[in-house]
Amino acid sequence: MSATQTRPVGLLAQYETPADLLHAALEVRDAGYRQWDVYSPFPIHGMDAAMGLKNSKVGYFTFAGGITGFFSGMLMIWFMNKFDYPIVVGGKPLFTPLFAFPVSYELTILLGAFGTLFGMAFLNRLPKLYNPLFNVERFRRVTDDKFFVYIEAIDPKYSAESTRSLLEKTGATAIEVVED
Amino acid sequence: MANAAAMSAGSAPSSNTGGAHSHAAPPKIVAAAPPRELERYPLVLNNRPLNWITERIAGVCEKPMPVWWWPAFIASFGGMMMMFGLVAYLIATGVGVWGLNQPAAWAWDITNFVFWIGIGHAGTLISAVLCLLRQKWRTAINRAAEAMTLFAVACAGIFPVVHTGRVWMALWWLPPIPNNMAIWPQFRSPLLWDVFAVSTYGTVSLLFWYTGLVPDLATLRDRATCKIKRLLYGFFSLGWTGSNRNWSNYEKAYLILAGLSTPLVLSVHSIVSFDFAVSQVPGWHTTIFPPYFVAGAIFSGFGMVLTLMIPMRTLFHLEDIITVKHVELMCKVILATGSMVGYAYGMEFFIAWYGGSPYELYAFKNRAFGPYWWAYWSMITCNVISPHLFWSKTIRTNVVLVWIIAGFVNVGMWFERFVIIVTSIHRDYLPSSWGYFTPTWVDVFTFVGSFGLFMTLFLLFIRYLPAIAISEVKAVTPQADPHHPLGGAKEHHH
Repeated sequence: MSATQTRPVGLLAQYETPADLLHAALEVRDAGYRQWDVYSPFPIHGMDAAMGLKNSKVGYFTFAGGITGFFSGMLMIWFMNKFDYPIVVGGKPLFTPLFAFPVSYELTILLGAFGTLFGMAFLNRLPKLYNPLFNVERFRRVTDDKFFVYIEAIDPKYSAESTRSLLEKTGATAIEVVED
Repeated sequence: MANAAAMSAGSAPSSNTGGAHSHAAPPKIVAAAPPRELERYPLVLNNRPLNWITERIAGVCEKPMPVWWWPAFIASFGGMMMMFGLVAYLIATGVGVWGLNQPAAWAWDITNFVFWIGIGHAGTLISAVLCLLRQKWRTAINRAAEAMTLFAVACAGIFPVVHTGRVWMALWWLPPIPNNMAIWPQFRSPLLWDVFAVSTYGTVSLLFWYTGLVPDLATLRDRATCKIKRLLYGFFSLGWTGSNRNWSNYEKAYLILAGLSTPLVLSVHSIVSFDFAVSQVPGWHTTIFPPYFVAGAIFSGFGMVLTLMIPMRTLFHLEDIITVKHVELMCKVILATGSMVGYAYGMEFFIAWYGGSPYELYAFKNRAFGPYWWAYWSMITCNVISPHLFWSKTIRTNVVLVWIIAGFVNVGMWFERFVIIVTSIHRDYLPSSWGYFTPTWVDVFTFVGSFGLFMTLFLLFIRYLPAIAISEVKAVTPQADPHHPLGGAKEHHH
């Protein structure tokens, strides 16, 4: 129990510039790896294409949230002012989508925003407060000025030697085994 | 020009746009810097390295606060406690402790509400509208401006709630809950739209602000020197690693939030203006109100952004990140929106005459030459004359003058709301019910105290959170561009 067993879960390579990282990402993608990722202090222009990522799916969550917001606003106002307790105010209709619009519009935006944020968190599998990468001391600079490629050991193409030599060839300044 | 020869020599490889957007084809890495004349003005001066940006911005909240911070905080905190004390006095005694009464039943309270909510608008404009317009200079100021939005909305929310007197009833008329007679709120009233607009605005601004904060909280987590900091920043940064698969979703979410916030910010002050425009009161019942209120809100918000940012950049030595160019661009926004506001003032008068309604015309004559003439002309001086000083580049680039003029903008926009609200209702159709509103000391000090709340929150924000978006500022430097030599692009690469 006390001596926690660690095992290698992947290889982490460090780069010094975004151009080196972009170049390395192209190499890793072309070598056919699938369980890998690049890490940078800021989003890098062209990296999604270099990694072969598809367009993000966050928009579907926004759309679902927005639609829910709009129709729940309309339904709520119809229920309250026309169905459950109708009262004529100023001779105006009990329900029309016109006066119900501003509130439904705000709810569209409100639930759309929640959908966006929760959708992004879901797609990114966040919050994820433990990550084996946090065991690597040098990885702390990923939020400062260093750039990393991480290839996981579960990738079918992974092998301790050939993956390391691929990363060396791409100009990594340091390569480290990540343990969990 | 001296640089012409060097420029034409460096411009040989031309476009790299072909195929950059299809994810199948890897983008070509073009290794030359853009020609000098096409190079944008630098957003971070002196070619500071990425690590310098981290150190400088994170350093603000990692090092002990400078000496001035404590007196400023204590004064703000005192102001905040004064406001809460006066609110408690108001609730315990009744709304009569304020100067408002028939016919002016809305006075300083609603003036303060509209004033504060308007200030919030610059934050959302900077973070959302300028994001959609690809104005990269927003990155230096968006974080603090968004924080300012949240704190301004917090100040704004207090006034309409407490002006009703019996705030414990708020539970029944703010959320849609039936009252003791089982009657629901009625949604034909713009006042109820306003509840939804302002609460949505506050919530979405918070979500947007927090989304932007996540990568920077991870920076603070990774730099934390004590365990409590690492735990707290670690918890709120959700385990962010800077993974590109995460950035891809994050960037999309950020863009969508900007797209949602843009119509939101336009709708919020439009709906605030409906509180007035949908009524039948001469001076309020005009169709120009929504765009006029939105322009005024952005105008006042940028005034407050400059009021806060200019001291901040000097006191924390952030001049290389919030450059004079940033200040100048904000001045141009003030000039543009100030001109819109000035136009609206003129158009209101024109329509009051051209519309042919004697009551409308009287309301406007009364505004300028009636008993509140001093408020009207203060407004005109501050809002119509002072922004036009920004036509001069010498003034726009002199931060001290800009700071002073921004102060006038803040004052002028408070007067605008006072003029619209009080001068329109203090004399209604029946001369026997005319009156003259004078604030009491409770009115005055509650408003002063709301600045205490605002500044307390802002000072705490500077103390504990990165006041500038670290990852976003880095992303707009040439060092972050993989196609720029400073970003490591080499000749014959790929």
